[in-house]
Amino acid sequence: MNAGLQLSHLSSSFAPEDEFVPRLESCARNIRRVSVAAIFHATSGHPGGSLSCADLLAALYGSELKLNPDELLSPDRNRFVLSKGHAAPALYATWSTFGLIEPQVALTLRKLNSRAQGHPHVVDMPLAETSTGSLGQGFSVAIGMALGLRHQRNEARVYTILGDGELQEGEVWEGAMCAAHHKLSNLCAIVDYNKLQSDDRNAAIMGLEPLAQKWRAFGWNTLEISGHDIASIIAAFGEARGAGNRPTVVIAHTVKGKGVAYMEDQPLWHGSVKLTREQAETALLSLGTPVAQIKELLDVSR
Amino acid sequence: MSAAEKLAAPQLIASSGDSLREAFGKELSAIADNYPNVVVLDADIAGGTGVHHFRKSHPDRFFQFGIAEQNMMAAAGGMAATGLIPIVTTFAVFCLRAVEQARLSIAYSQRNVKIVASHPGLDVGPDGGSAQALEDIAAFRAIPGMTVISPADAEEMRQATRAILDFDGPVYMRTGRSASRPLFGADHRFEIGKGQTLRDGKDVTLVACGVEVARAIDAASLLASQGISARVINMPTIKPIDAPLLEKASRETGCIVTAEDHNMFGGLGGAVAESLAQSTPCPIEFVAVRDVFGQSGEPEELAEHYHLTPPYIAEAARRAIARKKAQRS
Repeated sequence: MNAGLQLSHLSSSFAPEDEFVPRLESCARNIRRVSVAAIFHATSGHPGGSLSCADLLAALYGSELKLNPDELLSPDRNRFVLSKGHAAPALYATWSTFGLIEPQVALTLRKLNSRAQGHPHVVDMPLAETSTGSLGQGFSVAIGMALGLRHQRNEARVYTILGDGELQEGEVWEGAMCAAHHKLSNLCAIVDYNKLQSDDRNAAIMGLEPLAQKWRAFGWNTLEISGHDIASIIAAFGEARGAGNRPTVVIAHTVKGKGVAYMEDQPLWHGSVKLTREQAETALLSLGTPVAQIKELLDVSR
Repeated sequence: MSAAEKLAAPQLIASSGDSLREAFGKELSAIADNYPNVVVLDADIAGGTGVHHFRKSHPDRFFQFGIAEQNMMAAAGGMAATGLIPIVTTFAVFCLRAVEQARLSIAYSQRNVKIVASHPGLDVGPDGGSAQALEDIAAFRAIPGMTVISPADAEEMRQATRAILDFDGPVYMRTGRSASRPLFGADHRFEIGKGQTLRDGKDVTLVACGVEVARAIDAASLLASQGISARVINMPTIKPIDAPLLEKASRETGCIVTAEDHNMFGGLGGAVAESLAQSTPCPIEFVAVRDVFGQSGEPEELAEHYHLTPPYIAEAARRAIARKKAQRS
């Protein structure tokens, strides 16, 4: 099967600038397709938050992280931590899309003895950089990495994606204070701001606004972009590098369930859900998946 | 100093010269040059945990996290991921609020982080029940892969400090707030996972850790004066527990008393009982805090009030011996 796009060795040949963004948009589409298929096979998993961060992941891996198999764990690599660990299907789909893992591994999501654990586990998957799944912790770990790297005069950068509901954890604001105090300019946090969380809208559960003002007040270089616009995302990463002695937060406005019409902006599809064959097919069609690839993604026996 | 300056300068009581926390802090500072990857994380409490010595000797390796233990604990996992050996320092009770960070970002992620907790148990004294962690050994012992250590005196603390830095894996280690009684000389050999028989005996074995080791030694003398021969085992590593040493004690003395400055559930007593239940079961009595919270008072007053002193250990030994005899008759 060929769920991956076999892009592993193409990162440097993304060269023609006008092809770079469409190429990553295509990666993002594949991340969404593989995420949906993985959740279908797993009979559980979080589709909404996986689909909302697919463009962020495509942009991160396409522009900021090493994709050469020999350099994946080199000491000077930029690190990425998926602090919203429940979007693991999208993370595995990203690795699969960029050829960093065997494509079939992503489709063993949540299965006994699979490396594709329900939430990323660094011992099984070193690319995860740390184990996540308890909200707030990945952010703190990323702060520790940024501190540790700078202490050792390593110029690598650290990226982390947080969910918006995750920002309700007190630990996030402990970390926000800490990263600004220590002037961690090598840290870039991205908030997948899809406005929904497990049970309802953020605003109904525990309001986050004014969100950008909060981060600014904590001393962060604060950017707001559309989290579905690859060019804007990459531009934000560039701006983060020039933020002086401050950490950067990119508040990425996204749509939960993005790309699957019946899931978009519906809280129902946040939680760990079981997809019927019909729902999975409809979702893949909604994502523009060719019929042959739908069959390939859904019919494989695991 | 002028009279006005004298009035203005508070009398600091945080640092006790021969406490385990000071022994830890001084040793860490003394050996740090041999461990260039070691960094210390503090949550605004370095004067209390003993790492003020390290802050002074190695300021470039001292990281301030403010009063925010959850972020500090998880960040330690991140620092370890970059090749450093972070030592997380705070009071035992504040380690409890970051147990889940220790679980996910340290132990589950297999990070080489050392958590060194001062102010455990009733030994905290006047700060009272809110500050007296009686649950920390139970909480950290339940985390897969976490080694749990509670040394008994300053010499053992110095050796344990070196041992945990040489050991690759997550460790939770208790120090202590109050002045500690010297028990061991330089010939003492601390080894992770090993207990030591401090006094031989045949009627009962007293197994203790931390401040209770000195009390167990006194209890054995008390018992000797009553014609009872008590073996005393110092058990500084609660996890992994020294199962062979316990099995031998159970076989040779037929009953056990455990003594610890911790709740009666999940601590040293629990570890000993779990081990012996699977090898050589025998009557066991637990000297520990009886599932209640502590209160303000001086450590010795509290030990007396909550029945952790030598006479209570001796009494528990007599109960254990009586149960052993009842079983055999």
